[in-house]
Amino acid sequence: MDADAELTGMYSQRVPESDTPPGPARHPHLTRRDTLIRYLTANPSYLQVTPLALVILLFLLFPVLTILIVSFWDYDAYRLIPDLILENYEFLLTSPVTLKAYLKTFFYAATTWAITLVLGFTVAYYLAFHIRSSLLQGMLFVLCTLPFLTSNIIRMISWIPLLGRNGLVNSTLLELKLIDAPIEWLLYSDFAVVLAFVHLYTLFMVVPIFNSMMRIDRNLIEASIDAGASGLQTIFQVVVPLCRSGIAIGSIFVVTLVMGDFITVGIMSGGLSASVGVLIRNEISLLQYPAAAAGAVVLLTTVLIMLGILFRFINIKKEL
Amino acid sequence: MSFDDKKDLKDNTSAAADESKDGKSVLSRRGFIKAAGVVGGAALGSGAITGFPMIWAQNIKNVKLRQFGTGVSNLNAIAEKAKEDLGITLELTALDSDAVAQRVATQPRSFDIADIEYWICKKTFPAGTMQAMDTKRLKNFDKISPLFIDGKLTPDSTIAQGTAPHTVGFVEGKDSTKFAAEPTQWMTLVPTIYNADTLGIRPDLVGRPITNWRDIMDPAFRGKTSILNIPAIGIMDAAMICESMGEIHYADKGNMTREEIDKTIAILMKAKADGQFRAFWKSFDESVNLMSSGEVVIQSMWSPAVAAVRAKGIACKYQPLEEGYRAWGGGIGLAKHLSGLELDAAYEYIDWYLSGWVGAYLNRQGYYSAAPSTSQQYMSADEWGFWIEGKAALGDILSPDGKVMEKAGAVRDGGSYWDRMGAVACWNSVMDENKYMIRKWNEFIAS
Repeated sequence: MDADAELTGMYSQRVPESDTPPGPARHPHLTRRDTLIRYLTANPSYLQVTPLALVILLFLLFPVLTILIVSFWDYDAYRLIPDLILENYEFLLTSPVTLKAYLKTFFYAATTWAITLVLGFTVAYYLAFHIRSSLLQGMLFVLCTLPFLTSNIIRMISWIPLLGRNGLVNSTLLELKLIDAPIEWLLYSDFAVVLAFVHLYTLFMVVPIFNSMMRIDRNLIEASIDAGASGLQTIFQVVVPLCRSGIAIGSIFVVTLVMGDFITVGIMSGGLSASVGVLIRNEISLLQYPAAAAGAVVLLTTVLIMLGILFRFINIKKEL
Repeated sequence: MSFDDKKDLKDNTSAAADESKDGKSVLSRRGFIKAAGVVGGAALGSGAITGFPMIWAQNIKNVKLRQFGTGVSNLNAIAEKAKEDLGITLELTALDSDAVAQRVATQPRSFDIADIEYWICKKTFPAGTMQAMDTKRLKNFDKISPLFIDGKLTPDSTIAQGTAPHTVGFVEGKDSTKFAAEPTQWMTLVPTIYNADTLGIRPDLVGRPITNWRDIMDPAFRGKTSILNIPAIGIMDAAMICESMGEIHYADKGNMTREEIDKTIAILMKAKADGQFRAFWKSFDESVNLMSSGEVVIQSMWSPAVAAVRAKGIACKYQPLEEGYRAWGGGIGLAKHLSGLELDAAYEYIDWYLSGWVGAYLNRQGYYSAAPSTSQQYMSADEWGFWIEGKAALGDILSPDGKVMEKAGAVRDGGSYWDRMGAVACWNSVMDENKYMIRKWNEFIAS
């Protein structure tokens, strides 16, 4: 239905004169359809792009626009009141809570990004350059994805009995007499949050970097060694620059996932710290949709700005 | 059941009350005998106890009622039993309390029966989407605990702070949405389920007697305490703590001023910065895990969570405290659009709810039934003694689904119904400054 409207719109804009049929005997409706079909057979690309355009329109643009509109609404305990107020943004942008939550979220994003990058690069490097048999390579790669067959909440929660005060790690260390008292910061701390993030998201770094590495012409590595470069020099001056697109894609995944997260932060910090996602979730659970929408718009803008900066340095389209 | 049985019950209960020697229990005895007498009287005239061969039984057979509410009382067992006894089909939907409140206020046609808490009622009944119930049509009305009628469990109880159920239990007339100061013929909610909440402790790990709410702030428990991160309830527990510490004296803990909220949150933030809290919990199972893993030794808790920790064989006590309990209560009310046969069926259902079977079921879960006297007939003397009278169990106490909850010899934490519900310090409520409170609460969590 949307497709028709869109296409008719397109058509009537471009060929307005055929809207009025020349002869009285001809049915206007038929004419329009005929012209439309002729137009589309001449330009099939419009048809090809329609499904994707519709999906994006319905599931991305429409919801984002709704959120944007609702973020200016007013609310009381049980109602959303259509309005145009700036109070939601005013509170959000001046509250010290927002600042704290953003700093915390940036901290999580930056640490997770740095650790997953190093880990992901190392794993990918090992898979791509050290494993010679492509069968083994494939098998190891599948092995990497294996944990993803369970839900990420289960993977996260399984850390809790491990890290707790009386958990496996603490009781082992106590048993070995390495510590006298249980280490408290293992669970319900920033450490626990970052650990869970790294566990959950490293694969998102491994896959694109591995993909980029597999496309590197092995002759380049040989040439670099022939030219007298050390192993490290080869990595940093040949492999890393050629993996830039993979690193960028992995970074986008990790950073956006961490920025929007609320479950991991909620569970692993024991509710003690709040990321931006946690604040938005709190507001949603209290039915303060306009405030939550304003929070979401600001978060979206922040992430888009971050991606904008990233794209200034790496042209993903060119290097794919 | 014969009239003689009623008499036995009466003797039984007076004997029970005689056992306690302190003044409080003697007072509660009076109230209880009155209730028991009512049961005896009612048994003469009505068939309420023997079952439901009632006039509507044939007509209402095919009626379907949609009931939604919070998870606690939306029990499938109740729907099944209602089908069996009345023939009514109940479609239950469980939602969280905020969602329930919103549905009641904004989508009046999406439900027939609302199962809501009293503080939600205070917010939503004035929206005019529900209808008041004619108490004359409820045969079991006079068996409802006085707690929900005039707020006094015993004639000289003091009325607790917060949204006490009786303050929003009646409206001035059939079509009125104005809450009445005195009991009237028009009831907003018929109470179904309620309880008194307090702190849960690990008696094996705290290492000293716990007597006050302020004990949760004891530096000895640094890093081993937790409170719940549901703002509306968490702030009340916090208020109980702050008042117990002697830091703040609230005019009404259920409706704080901005200044009181600021002070309370400041105390919480300081405690958090000092590392007093191990974690905050949001859901029932989180509180169970915190307690059973030993991460936490003292925390705010709900009664079924305490039972769940004990079911794992871990010692856990629902510790009665000097300052009293934070209580909550819910009830069922009728949607405005109900009429005719559906309305008759709804009345029949609500009357059935009060008639004893459901009450006994809820009592066995550690909650309380709104009409204690009727539920007694559906419980064994030992069950009644354990859950309601606070006596030591003679045999194993079973949960409604037949699992052993307490071994013989166990005594309920906090004692009898009158000891627990008579010591309520405040009721769950929603504040006028709710929006402000939630912002401050977020500030506390993010700090």
